Amino acid sequence: MEEQKKENPLKVNRRHFFSQLSIGIGSLALGSLLIPDLFKNGQMNLGQQPLGIPHFAPKAKRVIYLFQAGAPSQLETFDYKPMLRKRMGEDLPESIRNGQRLTGMTANQEKFPLMPPAVDFRQHGQSGTWISDFFPYTAKIADEITVIRSMHTEAINHDPAITFFQTGSQISGRPSMGSWMSYGLGSENKNLPSFVVLTSRGKGNSQGLYSKLWSSGFLDSKHQGVLLRSGKDPVLYLNDPEGISRSEKRDLLNEVSALNKLHHVETGDDEIESRIAQYEMAYRMQMSVPDVMDISKEPKSIIDLYGEDCQVPGTYAANALQARRLAENGVRFIQLYHQGWDQHGNLPNEMAGQAKDVDQASAALVLDLKQRGMLEDTLVIWGGEFGRGNYCQGKFDPANYGRDHHPRAFSIWMAGGGVKPGLNYGKTDEFGYNVIENPVHINDFHATLMYALGLDHEQLTYKYQGRRFRLTDVAGNVIKDLLA
Amino acid sequence: MGKLITFKGRPDLKVFQMNYKSITALVLIALIGGLYAYKKGAFEFKNDEYATLALPETVDYNFHIKPILSDKCYTCHGPDANKRKAGFRLDVQESALSELPESPGHFAIVPKNLRASKAYLAIISDDPTVQMPPADSKLALSAYEKKLIKKWIEQGAQFEKHWAYIQPQKIALPKTLNTWGNNEIDAFVLKKLEEQNMLPSKKATNETLIRRISLDLTGLPPKPETVSQLLAPASQDTIAHIIDTFLASPAYGERMTQSWLDVARYADSHGYQDDSYRTMWPWRDWVIHAFNKNLPYDTFLTWQLAGDLLPNPTKEQILATGFNRNHPITQEGGVIQEEYRTNYVLDRTNTLGKGILGLTLECARCHDHKYDAISQKDYFEMFAFFNQVDEKGLQMDAVQAKNQAFFADPPFIQVSDDETDGVLSFINMKNIPKVNVMVMNDSAPKTTYILNRGEYDQPTDSVLPNTPKSIFAFADNLPKNRLGLAQWLTDRQNPLTARVFVNRIWAMLFGKGLVETSEDFGVQGSLPTHPELMDWLAVDFMEHDWDIKYLLNKIMLSATYQQKSELRPDLKKADPENIWWARAPRFRMSGEMIRDYVLATSGLLNQEIGGPSVKPYQPPGLWEETNAGGNRGVLTNYVQDQGPDLYRRSLYTFWKRTLPPPNMTIFDAPTRDFSEVRRQKTNTPLQALVLQNDVQILEAARVLAQNLVYEDPNSQDYITDIFKRILVRSPNEKELAALSNYYQDALKGYERNRVEAEKLIELGEYPRLDTDAAKTAALMLTAQVIYNLDETITKE
Repeated sequence: MEEQKKENPLKVNRRHFFSQLSIGIGSLALGSLLIPDLFKNGQMNLGQQPLGIPHFAPKAKRVIYLFQAGAPSQLETFDYKPMLRKRMGEDLPESIRNGQRLTGMTANQEKFPLMPPAVDFRQHGQSGTWISDFFPYTAKIADEITVIRSMHTEAINHDPAITFFQTGSQISGRPSMGSWMSYGLGSENKNLPSFVVLTSRGKGNSQGLYSKLWSSGFLDSKHQGVLLRSGKDPVLYLNDPEGISRSEKRDLLNEVSALNKLHHVETGDDEIESRIAQYEMAYRMQMSVPDVMDISKEPKSIIDLYGEDCQVPGTYAANALQARRLAENGVRFIQLYHQGWDQHGNLPNEMAGQAKDVDQASAALVLDLKQRGMLEDTLVIWGGEFGRGNYCQGKFDPANYGRDHHPRAFSIWMAGGGVKPGLNYGKTDEFGYNVIENPVHINDFHATLMYALGLDHEQLTYKYQGRRFRLTDVAGNVIKDLLA
Repeated sequence: MGKLITFKGRPDLKVFQMNYKSITALVLIALIGGLYAYKKGAFEFKNDEYATLALPETVDYNFHIKPILSDKCYTCHGPDANKRKAGFRLDVQESALSELPESPGHFAIVPKNLRASKAYLAIISDDPTVQMPPADSKLALSAYEKKLIKKWIEQGAQFEKHWAYIQPQKIALPKTLNTWGNNEIDAFVLKKLEEQNMLPSKKATNETLIRRISLDLTGLPPKPETVSQLLAPASQDTIAHIIDTFLASPAYGERMTQSWLDVARYADSHGYQDDSYRTMWPWRDWVIHAFNKNLPYDTFLTWQLAGDLLPNPTKEQILATGFNRNHPITQEGGVIQEEYRTNYVLDRTNTLGKGILGLTLECARCHDHKYDAISQKDYFEMFAFFNQVDEKGLQMDAVQAKNQAFFADPPFIQVSDDETDGVLSFINMKNIPKVNVMVMNDSAPKTTYILNRGEYDQPTDSVLPNTPKSIFAFADNLPKNRLGLAQWLTDRQNPLTARVFVNRIWAMLFGKGLVETSEDFGVQGSLPTHPELMDWLAVDFMEHDWDIKYLLNKIMLSATYQQKSELRPDLKKADPENIWWARAPRFRMSGEMIRDYVLATSGLLNQEIGGPSVKPYQPPGLWEETNAGGNRGVLTNYVQDQGPDLYRRSLYTFWKRTLPPPNMTIFDAPTRDFSEVRRQKTNTPLQALVLQNDVQILEAARVLAQNLVYEDPNSQDYITDIFKRILVRSPNEKELAALSNYYQDALKGYERNRVEAEKLIELGEYPRLDTDAAKTAALMLTAQVIYNLDETITKE
């Protein structure tokens, strides 16, 4: 058969096999035969196993990514720069700026006066991690988190920068990292998608979100992130209309199934069986999703931990609590977006508000996972798409200033899932402008995250348009120092 | 199933003992699973699985060898000069057979001499210092591939030009053992079938064919009256007549346009950050018009690429160039102008590659192409054609644009209501006095530079507009502008343009192309399953002056197209993927087609053509939850339309790039951020939810039901009627019995609970009729069952 095709049979790659599986009846039986929890036997042979199986022993099984969209300033969060106060108002030295391109919003400013943070910093925990007073709750988990202060990127505008973070490329069209993880590791729950997205809105200046950020790109669309919304229809089209009871719905599906089965016999097309199975999964999702979303049985201690806001659907706090519940239910990649971090002006006020939105619930999530024994295999990440400049945007006013985009240095934190707790990694110069120690590029960050999940970033590829694509494109080094 | 046994005195030894039945079952499952996986090629990673596979009699360079060299060797020994190792390349014969630059006296390949062929010795070597590909490349040749290369060298190591760069020729029709078929296409298909010892399928019934042809040519199910007319015994040469009927329908242009919008990355919003409104819909109206007028494909392309450069261009020809302004445009304040302007030019170049030439040109943006003979210089020579537009990276930000009602970035043309009474009558102005549409010009001549790593701020050497010689040389007498480019593209000697289009038409009708990778005819793309047929069709198409309706007609008249689509048991084994076309395909329709199908069969479809895009039902809050807040642009809130605009064809549904209509994307529609030529055909639970719970579909079921009950409150034929309306065939006995029982049960339920029935039939904005609520609700659910059948959403 292969020979007759006149085409090299080995060109059929392994993911092709799985995409085939997903269509045919075989997916039901084989999918679970080949992709069970294979990791129990220890190390696998690199590059020799199909998808759905990690390349080596994973430290984390799942990721909760608390994305702070709009780019929070590192200088008011985790990167303490007293020098900025000493030299307040002085022009940013050219030796420091060193040719860095600026966005059109400040490129025409005559001066770039250094602006100190409007908030105090303190050291916290045994690790002595510097954290700004905007984040009192995060300060309490200082010894649980790893702060990276040496992140850097190339993009200086939101769309390409956030696209870069989510897909490994500034160019639209590549799969989101959640899709890559779903593709590489498969699902742990038959009744829920493996990649779920939750969005919330802060009061600060915000930028839009785009569905391409959770798109599966050229991967099979079953790896696409499913937007879980607050309100009565958490998954699009999930709710049955009024006037159809659950039993009437069951009758309807039984009828559809029975007729589909008749047609299957006539046509011989196994795709019909697959469709019947998808209808059953949809039916189960109609129960499982509201179950996961229903926080009414969460005890008061948990509500107190996350803060009252967690009872208000659609808030960051509610989404953080939801994230834990999804993680418990085997969702592989849980992506939160909190909008409102684009402080071109009014930074002191806006950041205080933004921090208040997310601080308590982010810390609560880490503590909650820990008390359930889940922190060790759940990787939590907090951060935005780039950093912000150390000079003032707009009128020089320490009480009401803005900061423009800054790609060369910014801070994020990670917790659990095999990263070293209490670690402070990477350094910037005294101006908080350039990385001077242990730089971490986005590609390195992706490589490291994949490593924690047991995936070799050079091995997890997908051939599209003749090229083997990776989340890390052609770069990326695993930063082993970050890992426990 | 089994139990855990411990051995006396050996508590460390535990054995899971299974009973006989479960062992048999497990072994059986594993066997079946393994067999299935093997058939599907799952064990590629086990090199020797294919070691026993018979080698072909004659090893073919293009079909057997180049795929290996390209996939495993070109990264270091291919077209990319910067990454080339040891100074030699395997993609061109002269280099591969010449003395190795770094090993004088040695050769990579010596025809018919294995021991002197260093490349062969390297690929079979176990010595890590010699072995190729090297271990760190993470690439490896299988035993089968090594044997192929061995045999190829033994047979003389013949090189050939890449198949897709050779000008297609019409070869004589192949001789077949049997006679079958209606036209030339069938001879090529039958030849392959005979080689595989397979038989074609019987002709499908006329009922099936009417539905199939109607869906393929109009994207809509046939109307009941059309079906009865076409099935009338008097009508002669039925199938030809059916095809002609649908080709002549105005819906034909809409259906063809639907596919072209993916290629053209059409949207009603600018994309990027703020994703605000733009008015490109008059261009879309032109595309519908062009297809309906059956503008030849070469003209169709020429106008879109270079209509403005034609001598004394008409406004219509200029409007057509909107094609190359459909790309995303930023409205984010503070971007760097040149960065984005460069992005737009890159997009046009990539669209030309993927959408028209079937080439992954974009791979050569940052470096020479790794696989195809396209250098970075070639890329920027193509880029130069599109780099003369008088445009800006950022014209104004979303807030300004909103305040000034500025919905088209220069250059644009203005279309006024008066003009649409005349030459531009195909534009549906809907009482709008005037509208601006973005178009192309060459009013800002500039020098094009090769951009290092493709970065806008790293220009290196300057280049002039040109096309890659490896494909087809750009004639000296052609103007070095987009018009020249269009002439180069539509030259009958261009090896790609016609092939790529013919293949896409084939894919539209058959679900996949003769070259499966419709977007990539390059070295790493799939090989054609029927190369001679593909070439014959391409040449025939050009000989008939690029007549698209002729091409469709030709394919549809073939016996290959008209076969039954059932998977015969023998075919299920012999050709489960239907590579050889021993049956017609069976595949799920696109999201647009499904929605249109439901609207049409329910009687709700509004057949108005063209005009500004409309906003039908969409789950509330989607735009609002993710927008940038406040007044950033005009598309922050979704304001649903009312009345007839809820029932327009799906190609008129408003396309916002950052959040396209979910009932389309769930069925694999692309985002339109860039050109796309092939959609996936997935089967997911979310699709099941759309079909069950989208108001658009529930309302259609309700309207269909209430109309039937209204027309005849006591009919005994509801089930048959509704079934025929939706599926364009009569139900068989079993189906009728099952659905009648279902209806009766539902009716009893709703008669007991009329409050629920009333709630159900309130769905949607379409007015209620005075009908019995329980009957209407029960019949509505029956329609809903049929709308959810696999057959309904499948082209058979």
